[in-house]
Amino acid sequence: MVNIAVLVKQVPDTNSKIQISGDRVDLSSVKMDISPYDEFAVENALLHKESSGGTVTAITVGSAGADKVLKGVKALGVDNIVRLDYDGFMDSNGLQSILAEEITAGGYDIVYCGKSAADTGAGSTGPGIAERLGWGSVSNATEVKFADGLTVSYPTEGGDAIVSVNLPAVVSCDKGSIKVRKSNVKGIMMAKRAQVDVKAVSPPSPSVTVVSQVMPPAKPAGKKFEGGSSAQTVAQLLRDEANII
Amino acid sequence: MTETIVIAELSKGEISITTNELVSAANLLGTNCTIVVPCADSTIADKAGKISGVSKVIAAKSTVFSNYDAAAWAEAIDSVAPAGIVVTAASAQSKDLAARLAARRSISVIQDVIAIEGGNLSTPIYSGKAIQNVSVSGNSVISVRANVFAPAEDSGNCEVQVIDTTGNVTTALKEMVQRASERLDVSEANIIISGGRGMGTPANFTHLEEIADKLGAAVGASRAAVDTWDEIPHSMQVGQTGKTVNPNLYIAVGISGAIQHLAGMRSSKYIVAINKDADAPIFQHADYGIVATWEDALPVLSSSLANLMA
Ligand SMILES: Cc1cc2nc3c(=O)[nH]c(=O)nc-3n(C[C@H](O)[C@H](O)[C@H](O)COP(=O)(O)OP(=O)(O)OC[C@H]3O[C@@H](n4cnc5c(N)ncnc54)[C@H](O)[C@@H]3O)c2cc1C
Ligand SMILES: Nc1ncnc2c1ncn2[C@@H]1O[C@H](COP(=O)(O)O)[C@@H](O)[C@H]1O
Repeated sequence: MVNIAVLVKQVPDTNSKIQISGDRVDLSSVKMDISPYDEFAVENALLHKESSGGTVTAITVGSAGADKVLKGVKALGVDNIVRLDYDGFMDSNGLQSILAEEITAGGYDIVYCGKSAADTGAGSTGPGIAERLGWGSVSNATEVKFADGLTVSYPTEGGDAIVSVNLPAVVSCDKGSIKVRKSNVKGIMMAKRAQVDVKAVSPPSPSVTVVSQVMPPAKPAGKKFEGGSSAQTVAQLLRDEANII
Repeated sequence: MTETIVIAELSKGEISITTNELVSAANLLGTNCTIVVPCADSTIADKAGKISGVSKVIAAKSTVFSNYDAAAWAEAIDSVAPAGIVVTAASAQSKDLAARLAARRSISVIQDVIAIEGGNLSTPIYSGKAIQNVSVSGNSVISVRANVFAPAEDSGNCEVQVIDTTGNVTTALKEMVQRASERLDVSEANIIISGGRGMGTPANFTHLEEIADKLGAAVGASRAAVDTWDEIPHSMQVGQTGKTVNPNLYIAVGISGAIQHLAGMRSSKYIVAINKDADAPIFQHADYGIVATWEDALPVLSSSLANLMA
C-alpha cells in the first residue's frame, strides 16, 4: 500500500490573454484551469495506485477558488483533496516549507508534481520539497514504471536516462507517452459532493518581493517579404544585420 | 556587497561558454565571484581559471558527478560553495540543481532570469506573456537563461583549488538510452529550425534537416506535427508542453504561431517565419517573414546559405 500525494495548481488557461493593470497582471477575467503538467502528475499518481494499491491525495496551495481544480481531479479518481489556504504571492522558500510540512504530516511515500507550473515556469517545487524532506527526486520524468520498484526516464544531454528510485521520493512529471484520463459523469457528480480538507498555514516571511509585472518589451516590427525567392534576401540579412551566419 | 558563487555549466563533460555568461551575471549581483566546478576529473576546471572577473575557482571533485543525481550533487556542491548569491545556468538539469541548493540553504530560488537591473531580477511569467521584476533581500539561488548576458572574456588567470567532496546518491542509473540521431537537441542549440503541420508529411522534415546540417542547428517541431506524426518525437516539441528555447535564431516553417508555440520560443533573439498564409500570427513575432510555401522558400534558403557560408 502506497501513500501517494500529488500536487496540483490552478493557473490561467494557457489560451488566455494576459493583461496588465497598473503594475500587476490582472487575472480577474481570465479562465482558470489545472496547470498542464499537473495532469500528467495526477495520471502517474493514479497509475501508481492502480499498480501497487494505496491512496492518492491531491494537495493544492491557494484560495477557495482553487477548490475547482481539486474537485476536477477528485472526479478522475483521487481519494482525498486538501487545500492549504493561502491567497497571494509566496516565494519558493515559503511555498516549499508549508508543502514539506504537510507532506511530513501526511506520512506520504511519494509525491508527484508537474515539471513546472504554467504561471511561474520555474520547476523549483518538486526538487525543492525533496531536498527539504531529505528525499531523492527525479525531474522532467517522461516515463514512470511501477513494476519491481520505481523506474523513471528523463531526457538528458544526448539521450534518455533511466533510473531506479528508492521511496520516499518526489517525481516531477513532464508530458510523456501516457494519455491522461478524462472524468465521467459519475465521477463529476461524486466530486461535487466531496469535501475539501482546508488547512490554515503560516509560511515563513518572504525574502522575495514582487516589484512589478509588465508586458514583455514590444519587438520592433519585423520585415516581411513575398515569395520564395526572398529567402535569399533573408539569408543575406541574417549575415549582414543579425550577424548570425 | 554580497559574494557570488557561479556553478559551472558543463556540456559533454567540459565547461561551456554559458559559464562565462554566468560570471557576467554574477558580477552584476555582487563581488568576489567564486566558480565551483562539479567534476569527477578536476582537470576540466582549468578552463574556469581562465575566465576574467573571477576571484576563486573550486574544483569540487567527486565520483557523484559521473552521473546526475540531484540530491548528491546538491549536497556535494553545498559543502564547498561559500555563502552568497549562487548563480546557475537555466538548463533543465541546472534548474533542478538550483532548486535543490536553495532548499538546502532555506533560501529562495529565482529561475530563468533574463535581466538584472538596479538590483532587480526579471523573469518571464505565464510562459513569457508577461515579465515579473522582483527584489530579493539576503542570499538566493538564481538560474540565468543562456544568450542573455555577454560572456566574460577568457583572459583571467586564477588558481584552481581542488576539494574532494561527496554526497548521498538517491537514484541509481540503470541505463542511458542514446538518442537515435546524432542531431543536437533543441534545448542545447543556438540555432533551431522547426517544422509544423504545414510541412505536410514527416518525410518533408528532411528538408529542414538539410538546412540544420549547414547551420549546425537543431530541428524542432510544433505540437501539431508531434501529435500528427509518430515519426516526430515529443523531444522535438517546442512550446508550452514542449521545450522552452532561447536560441540566437529560430526558423519557424509551416507553423501558424499559436500562443502555446510562442510560449516556447518567443524569447529567441532572431525569428524567421516561412508560411504561405500572410496573416499567420507567427509573422507578428518574426524579425524576417517570408510569405511563401516552404516548397518555394527552403531550396532558395538552402542554396543562399551554402553560398554565404562557402
Ligand atoms: C494545453 C495546450 C498546450 C499546447 N502546447 C503546445 C506546444 O508545446 N507546442 C506547440 O507547438 N503547440 C502547442 N499547443 C497547440 C497549439 O495550440 C497549436 O495547435 C499548434 O501549435 C499548431 O501547430 P502548427 O502551427 O504546426 O499547425 P497549424 O496551426 O495547423 O498551422 C500550420 C501552418 O502551416 C502553414 N502552411 C500550410 N502549408 C504550408 C506550406 N506548404 N508552406 C508554408 N506554410 C504552410 C499554414 O498557413 C499554417 O499557418 C498546445 C495546445 C494546448 C491547448
Ligand atoms: N501553489 C501550489 N499548489 C500546489 N502545487 C503547486 C503549487 N505551486 C507549484 N506546485 C506544484 O509544483 C509544480 C512545479 O511548480 P513550479 O515550481 O512553480 O514550476 C507544479 O506543476 C505543481 O505540481
